[in-house]
Amino acid sequence: MRASNQWDRRSVLRAAGGIAALGALAACGSNNGRSGGSGSGKELTQYFHAYGEPGTQEALKRYAKGFGKADVRTQWITGDNFENKLFSALLSSDAPDVFEFHPQVHMVRAGQILPLDDIIEPVKADFNAADIASHTVDGKVWGVRMIDDPQFFFYRKSLLEKAGIAPPQTLDELIEAAAKLTTDKVKGVFLGNKLHAIVRPLIWASGADTLDEKNRIAYHTDQVAANLGKLRTLFTSGHQLLDAPSDFWDPSALVQGLTAIQWCGMWAMPAMQQALGDDLGVFPFPSAAPGAEPAVYNGGWSMFVSSKAKDKDLAKEYVKWLWIDQKQHQEDWALSYGFHIPPRTSIANSAEKLKSGLPAEGVRLFNEFGHFDNPMWTQAMIVAHEDVMADCVRSDMAPEAALDKADKKVEDELRKLS
Amino acid sequence: MFTGPFLAGLIVFVYIPIGWSAWLSFFEARSTVTPTEFVGFANYVDMLTDGDFMTSLGTFTVFAAIVVPVTWAVSLGLALLVHRLRFMKAFFRSVFFLPTAVSFVAASLIWKMSIFSGVRFGLANTVLNLFGVDSVAWLASPDPPWYWLVIVTVRLWLQSGFYMILFLAALQNIPAELYEAAAIDGAKRGWQTFRYITLPQLRATSTAVILLLLIAAYQAFDEFYNLLAKTTWGRPPLVELYQTALGENQDYGRGSAGALILTALICAVTLLQGRLLGFGRGEGER
Repeated sequence: MRASNQWDRRSVLRAAGGIAALGALAACGSNNGRSGGSGSGKELTQYFHAYGEPGTQEALKRYAKGFGKADVRTQWITGDNFENKLFSALLSSDAPDVFEFHPQVHMVRAGQILPLDDIIEPVKADFNAADIASHTVDGKVWGVRMIDDPQFFFYRKSLLEKAGIAPPQTLDELIEAAAKLTTDKVKGVFLGNKLHAIVRPLIWASGADTLDEKNRIAYHTDQVAANLGKLRTLFTSGHQLLDAPSDFWDPSALVQGLTAIQWCGMWAMPAMQQALGDDLGVFPFPSAAPGAEPAVYNGGWSMFVSSKAKDKDLAKEYVKWLWIDQKQHQEDWALSYGFHIPPRTSIANSAEKLKSGLPAEGVRLFNEFGHFDNPMWTQAMIVAHEDVMADCVRSDMAPEAALDKADKKVEDELRKLS
Repeated sequence: MFTGPFLAGLIVFVYIPIGWSAWLSFFEARSTVTPTEFVGFANYVDMLTDGDFMTSLGTFTVFAAIVVPVTWAVSLGLALLVHRLRFMKAFFRSVFFLPTAVSFVAASLIWKMSIFSGVRFGLANTVLNLFGVDSVAWLASPDPPWYWLVIVTVRLWLQSGFYMILFLAALQNIPAELYEAAAIDGAKRGWQTFRYITLPQLRATSTAVILLLLIAAYQAFDEFYNLLAKTTWGRPPLVELYQTALGENQDYGRGSAGALILTALICAVTLLQGRLLGFGRGEGER
């Protein structure tokens, strides 16, 4: 005989149904990023990659709450594949109304984003001219820059002093410094686990460029090939930190004493200063060819309006409201979590935190050696170049062969976009 | 009527996407799933002449060649071990089976960040350092290919317990009389009994396990994607196609062509496999 308290199949199903219903109800009450306060009934969705600095997600939701004309839902996309998720979403009927990304022409050609000249024009002169140029395709401006993020090398002053060396001025000196700084506990240099972040700085510091002014391949030079060979030597020397728990964007490798020099972005400067105090310096990617300038990659993020936005005017109005009108939010976003350079000259000029010490040195490197995004350099080209690093630096393919392989993909991409 | 909703789901979520994919494979479809430029078989030619896609088929072959026999042997070994235990049987069965419940993504991250981290405080490197061996960057480079150790061990940990249960069930079904008769005939316990009684009695289960392992190997994605993010090596076909179509390249035409080539290949291998292993044939036909 079955005991009275035994679960039969029907009661299990009933319970499962009840739990599912409770789950659905609970979801209604969860913090999903909607403000819920406007009562307008209109909704907007914005996509952001997960910033590493604590408080950023809450800040964005707080800003969005102040927009009275719609409930703004924030998708905070964690992991290493923001691009994949964004690109897939842009093709679907569930595309975000507004999203952050970098200026790239393929989104313009595919009709995925809207021009934003009407909202930018009144304040165009207040934006960094290079940022405006990097967002201009076919004479129209397609995105609003939120932050500029210079990337360069951070180093522990005490470790370089102990080894009796100065910050490297050339790629050869960087490789020599890595050898001198390496001990049984600390590696000389960390270029990121995948080395992807230093692809463009290496090209620029080699006296080359990604594309020339006529959008032809400009990176495939003997000097770039030779420097890829040098990086292979460094990779196999045992002086480079490999397979760290987190990648270049996270200051952990330097802060935890795993490396003496790390490629990273200015966003991590406050976290590094908090951990290391004054034992911290910065220098650009050193010159990698006779007469070539050092290089800094001026990355950053910009807001775009999807051409699939359900209410295009409202989406543009939101972008204007937050990233053009609300200067206090823009300043908070650039300076209260990590350090970023505000693209608006008026905000950058009043940013006290960037006027002295190491942040000021970062701004100097940004101004002196910075290279901004070229909108013709698309994600497919970026991936093709990142593969070059994997092929010839990490797995010993001949640099020429790896560059030839990249050429094929880049030519293919250029042909499609022309 | 009962099958209606399922049939509708099948049509909407399986047949229409397959049809759409076949259509896309004949078009130039970069950053769009509603293309207009017909390119014929160009995408197929591109994929078949593209070294990366062909390399991915080689990666799958290496993966299957390692992971299928090793998992078979480990799960059978665990089953024999647990089967003969006299005490704490349930505990050890649970211990070996529990990893089956862990997601591939979570396990991959544990393997990558805790056990096989390239820095000195990764678990594997800590052990190596104790013996005076330098730290190894397990996932940084394909030369030497340490990444296979990481990928195979995570999969072994995750799936051996499941196949152990299948073998355990089969072991329990072997009649004790067979062992008694063998003992009377002078067979020694241990290897001789295992070789001539246990192993032949497990033949049907072994065949099923090998087939299931091969199917699972075909579906390999999560651990490769999470352990070898953005490398050009160690990409099985599903990862390669994901990067081509759904990744940053957004080339739905070539991705679809590759998917159809892979489908045709899987069908051919499955038919061949069925023929070789005799799966699906009646006893009398063997």
